[in-house]
Amino acid sequence: MYNFDVEKPATIVDAVQAMTREEAQPLSGGQTLIPTLKARLAAPSVLVSLSGIDEMKGVCKDDAAGRLCIGGATTHADVMREAADHYPALASLAARIGDPAVRNRGTIGGSLANNDPSACYPAGALASGATIVTNAREIAADEYFQGMFTTALEEGEIVTEVKFPVPEAAHYEKFLQPASRFPLVAAFVAKFSDGVRVAITGASNDGVFRWSEAEAALASNFSADAVGGLSIDGSDMINDLHGTGAYRAHLVGVMTKRAVAAIS
Amino acid sequence: MPKDGGIGASSKRREDVRFLTGAGNYTDDINIRGQAHVFFLRSDVAHGTLSNVDVTAAAEMPGVVQIFTGEDFAEVGSIPCGWQVTDKHGEVMQEPRHPVLADGKVRHVGEPIAAVVAETLEQARDAAEAIVVDIDELPAVVNMKDAVKEGATKVHDDLTSNLCYDWGFVEENKGAVDQAFKDAAHVTSLELVNNRLVANPMEPRVAVGDYARGDGQHTLYTTSQNPHVIRLLMGAFVLGIPEHKLRVVAPDVGGGFGTKIFHYQEEAFCTFAAKACNRPVKWTSSRSEAFMSDAHGRDHVTKIELALDKDHNFTALRTDTYANMGAYLSTFAPSVPTWLHGTLMAGNYKTPLIYVNVKAVFTNTVPVDAYRGAGRPEATYQLERLVDKTAHELGVDPIALRRQNFITEFPYATPVAVEYDTGDYVATMDKLEEMADIAGFKKRREASEAKGKLRGFGVNCYIEACGIAPSNLVGQLGARAGLYESATVRVNATGGLVVMTGSHSHGQGHETSFAQVVADMIGIDENMVEIVHGDTDKVPMGMGTYGSRSIAVGGSAMVRATEKIIAKAKKIASHLLEASETDIELKDGAFSVAGTDKSVAWGDVTLAAYVPHNYPLEDIEPGLEETAFYDPSNFTYPSGAYACEVELDPETGQVTIERFSAADDFGNIINPMIVTGQVHGGLAQGIGQALMENCAYDSDGQLLSASYMDYAMPRASDLPFYDVDHSCQTPCTHNPLGVKGCGEAGAIGSPPSVVNAVLDAMRSGGHDVAHIDMPVSPARVWAAMNG
Ligand SMILES: Cc1cc2nc3c(=O)[nH]c(=O)nc-3n(C[C@H](O)[C@H](O)[C@H](O)COP(=O)(O)OP(=O)(O)OC[C@H]3O[C@@H](n4cnc5c(N)ncnc54)[C@H](O)[C@@H]3O)c2cc1C
Repeated sequence: MYNFDVEKPATIVDAVQAMTREEAQPLSGGQTLIPTLKARLAAPSVLVSLSGIDEMKGVCKDDAAGRLCIGGATTHADVMREAADHYPALASLAARIGDPAVRNRGTIGGSLANNDPSACYPAGALASGATIVTNAREIAADEYFQGMFTTALEEGEIVTEVKFPVPEAAHYEKFLQPASRFPLVAAFVAKFSDGVRVAITGASNDGVFRWSEAEAALASNFSADAVGGLSIDGSDMINDLHGTGAYRAHLVGVMTKRAVAAIS
Repeated sequence: MPKDGGIGASSKRREDVRFLTGAGNYTDDINIRGQAHVFFLRSDVAHGTLSNVDVTAAAEMPGVVQIFTGEDFAEVGSIPCGWQVTDKHGEVMQEPRHPVLADGKVRHVGEPIAAVVAETLEQARDAAEAIVVDIDELPAVVNMKDAVKEGATKVHDDLTSNLCYDWGFVEENKGAVDQAFKDAAHVTSLELVNNRLVANPMEPRVAVGDYARGDGQHTLYTTSQNPHVIRLLMGAFVLGIPEHKLRVVAPDVGGGFGTKIFHYQEEAFCTFAAKACNRPVKWTSSRSEAFMSDAHGRDHVTKIELALDKDHNFTALRTDTYANMGAYLSTFAPSVPTWLHGTLMAGNYKTPLIYVNVKAVFTNTVPVDAYRGAGRPEATYQLERLVDKTAHELGVDPIALRRQNFITEFPYATPVAVEYDTGDYVATMDKLEEMADIAGFKKRREASEAKGKLRGFGVNCYIEACGIAPSNLVGQLGARAGLYESATVRVNATGGLVVMTGSHSHGQGHETSFAQVVADMIGIDENMVEIVHGDTDKVPMGMGTYGSRSIAVGGSAMVRATEKIIAKAKKIASHLLEASETDIELKDGAFSVAGTDKSVAWGDVTLAAYVPHNYPLEDIEPGLEETAFYDPSNFTYPSGAYACEVELDPETGQVTIERFSAADDFGNIINPMIVTGQVHGGLAQGIGQALMENCAYDSDGQLLSASYMDYAMPRASDLPFYDVDHSCQTPCTHNPLGVKGCGEAGAIGSPPSVVNAVLDAMRSGGHDVAHIDMPVSPARVWAAMNG
């Protein structure tokens, strides 16, 4: 690690102010950022800790539009517990991230800001059609994810809350990469009264994406059979030690089918 | 009936109290007043010429004590290799210089180029970033078969090629073997890879060098399985420090698995720098450094063929192996693919003719050396995969084919130079068949199929050579060391004992099981016996722990020393009891005169030895302390039969292990619980190799699996509840305890049955896949099943 200052604001306003300092970076659960700092792969001069901001924590169920609203600094463990009744598929996603230590520190805001191409939350947010709320604006999930480790966030912008429309039924099917236990490929299928959204993580070099063919097929026939025959091109997918693009493309089909089967 | 103490009792591991309550004393727990920290600047390219290493700016950085580069070690010896293999033409192997810090060239990612000693680790690291290093990159040599082609880039310019040796065994048999293949009714051949592994002990390597200016004494605290070996290699060959001026201490060590046998540059560096800087110097490996600097294991590419007659008797076996040495020869690297591998190729079978060829190859990768099993897992994997493949080609039952070819008479001299003293392969296979519930398999398969899964069953046998090793024999084979073991038994005046053993415990539980043996021999409580190990100033010259040798060789030395103690104690007792020495009996910690009720307690005798008021001083010396060195007359040959049952998800290729049974013959057993634990650990590593672990390099020599994000370690949830049995016991015939050793069996015996089971599952789904390489990852299974 290189040396840095730490700011620990208690409000979003103060956090935004602190972020104006030169080379400032937000620190949330630190489950991604701290290892990066230890490996000396990042050198922020100020870390603005978000973990003391109470207004960014917790799961709120009384949104006027019926959405489940999760503070940006809410840990995976809290989502696992507090969303279990309202949005079980999302709670189950949170429950399967990393191990207990990771879940007790890591946060939804950190995960969405980082947008790892194999992360879980981006799939949950995109499939749910969530709204990512920042200190400055609201961003629809469809606009927010812009490729591997890339989002619509501007310099210094902080994810303060995420608002999830709650689908009629949903399921997250995750196939583990054997070493990291991040998804090798995972599918989040969310069935709404007006349509179906399918988000895939782990597979694409462009990060999380919606599988529109599957969405169209499921909209007219919500059954595992409807997606059983679909295939997706793997030639541009991630190709690494743990699987080729072709294998990942195949898993996209299997994970989607299984997610649908679990809820239909 | 379980005994409640002594040999055969499942005594609880006394060392676990300190390990589990945070009271252990590991090398990283050692901090010496005034200590400085070292950070190694390591190469991030696999192969290149060092054109410039400029430390001028770095030396001015805050906290820097001194910066070292290869030049500082010009007068220092090469990190030595402990074994010299002679090739099939009678030539000795090619042996490159292995510098402490890179000297002119870098040869693998992770090779240390410079070392910064500073007040704090962070300062050392900051300064290391200010060192200017210019490397003219050279093509990386990664693939072994390409490495030995004409005109290949050379890893070492001063060697004739990248071939370390081309070993033929037994060379005189080659003609007869080839003839047997011509005469065969059936030949099965198989090409396979034994995947490269990273040992990953829980505790990373650590070295702390200390130097006492007053008396010129060096001390090295290090994570080693064999501190005396380090003292000898480093003192005599690298730094030129006489052994009486060098103490090596290996305190609690958190796992070794072979990778902490070897002498590493960092140890020599810290010892050297402590004197140069006149400061204690400490290095603790990060996990990332461990991946690129701990010796790796396995990495063989093999073609193996079996010849059979028309009745399915094995008539000949022939193998052709490329063994990766990495960039330099690690301490025992040359012995692993040769004498620890070729000599095991007979396995459990009476194949009369065997020829083994091994080409050891230098590449731009981390050095490869012994890892749990070392050579024997590679032999077992080839042979047991091949026998399985043969059975399927012939359409016969794999177990029946094995049974038909079992060695049944002992002693048995194999065609590969070793003589098995004892064993009963039929008994372990009988036991295994019972444990594995073969009769119930059909039902279990149907249940899996009802869930859309495939189910497979696989078996294998194994034999290993442990109790390493007879010194005169290994001397002829190229070992540059003796492989005896030592023990000093020191009895205190009040009757307690301290055993100073040359074996080293790094998780095995010696402090418990060794104490059981001595307590049993004397008939006293185990808690009266303390086991001391791991310090060259305390214990006699010992060769350490690896190759499942501790109880068979170290335990035997301890028995011999205890026998001497008992013999002397009987003399003292005979004096105290005014009886003839030959009439004295020792039982339950008391000496008595046969046929009388006269007796003295153990404590009376020990007190007399140290307070010799009434004592035969004219005949014997006071005191009660004896040392023995034990050199085994043969290896020991544990053996067994393992069965694995897997479920396979045909849609994803995911394999899960549903049942695993292990029937082992370890000869006599000191502590059954500890033996079971050793088998469990070995199985976890064997199954890890078979299903998950893979150390991979790309064609530029970059390490792809350089962290736990990509190197898949097995976790508890990846493993089944094992069914382990060691009731089949044919005691070793040539050591005093009749023991064979159990540390490596699980890792040696398990990979083939896992792969055999996966192939069986695939066959049951209509996929006639002849072979699949380890690790059998979901991606590979899926690819194998989908063309
Ligand atoms: C062993 C292990 C296993 C894991 N397994 C999984 C898994 O299976 N699935 C999965 O999805 N993830 C996994 N993770 C990642 C984990 O979920 C992280 O917690 C998450 O990716 C980052 O969240 P964090 O709160 O720790 O963020 P930090 O590490 O604190 O920050 C990550 C990045 O986001 C920025 N940031 C943080 N918060 C905000 C914010 N509110 N607004 C704007 N920018 C912000 C930071 O500046 C930094 O760049 C794993 C991590 C570990 C260590």
